[in-house]
Amino acid sequence: MKRRVFLKGSFAAGTIAVAAAAGLLTPRRVLAASWPETAFDAKNETDAVKALFGDMPVVDSDAISIKAPLQAENGAVVPIKAWTSLSNAEAIAIVVEKNPAPWATSVEVMPGAGGLYSTRIKMGQTSPVTCYVKAGGKIHKAAHVVKVTVGGCGG
Amino acid sequence: MAATKMKIKKDKSGGHVVMVLVKHPMETGNRKDKKTGKKVPAHYVKTMVFTHNGAAVAQASLGPAVSKNPLTQILLTNSNSGDTVSVQWTDNQGETGGTEATIK
Repeated sequence: MKRRVFLKGSFAAGTIAVAAAAGLLTPRRVLAASWPETAFDAKNETDAVKALFGDMPVVDSDAISIKAPLQAENGAVVPIKAWTSLSNAEAIAIVVEKNPAPWATSVEVMPGAGGLYSTRIKMGQTSPVTCYVKAGGKIHKAAHVVKVTVGGCGG
Repeated sequence: MAATKMKIKKDKSGGHVVMVLVKHPMETGNRKDKKTGKKVPAHYVKTMVFTHNGAAVAQASLGPAVSKNPLTQILLTNSNSGDTVSVQWTDNQGETGGTEATIK
């Protein structure tokens, strides 16, 4: 049942995205131009990572730390903080494997900013939260499992 | 309607941590209004651009999977007191907002 509702919802969201892309809301296109739409639309983690980073080698790394709860009582607000000791980080992304759309958020880091990104995300169910860091031509990743008691993806 | 707040804290690495809170509903487009039974249209922040002394230092891309009233944090590595830091956000309905602060 929930799945039905979600599927319908994702079509509705798709229509809005198309309308937006067609230029109905021109003033914001300049800023939104680099919003990685394909990554956000991807339905599984591998596709999403490919959509944003391309075919770079993915390696497990212990240079990434993730601070997140072991158990989240409310899936609508799960604080995630990721930081890395890699000095040349270019992008940091947070991906929730079992969310309907796994790609949660990402940040592009330019010179002058460090390898830290923290935000609060929604999680539908218990899932590993993976943090990807692009640095030096490779993608480094680390994961942390968050148990969710009540999902927070609407529907 | 949408208020944006920024806090800057000194980090032990020598830089500053910039924390931004945007008051925003972050609707996924999947939730139904309980009274009317209709879908609440998607409404979420898409991009947040952080600038430090006028130069962009980070651009965050957010999606519907980010919680209501998003609180984001980034780290500035090369910052000193007196510098200005600003943030500008845009959502999927064309609304924008932002704020500016000076490092103490």
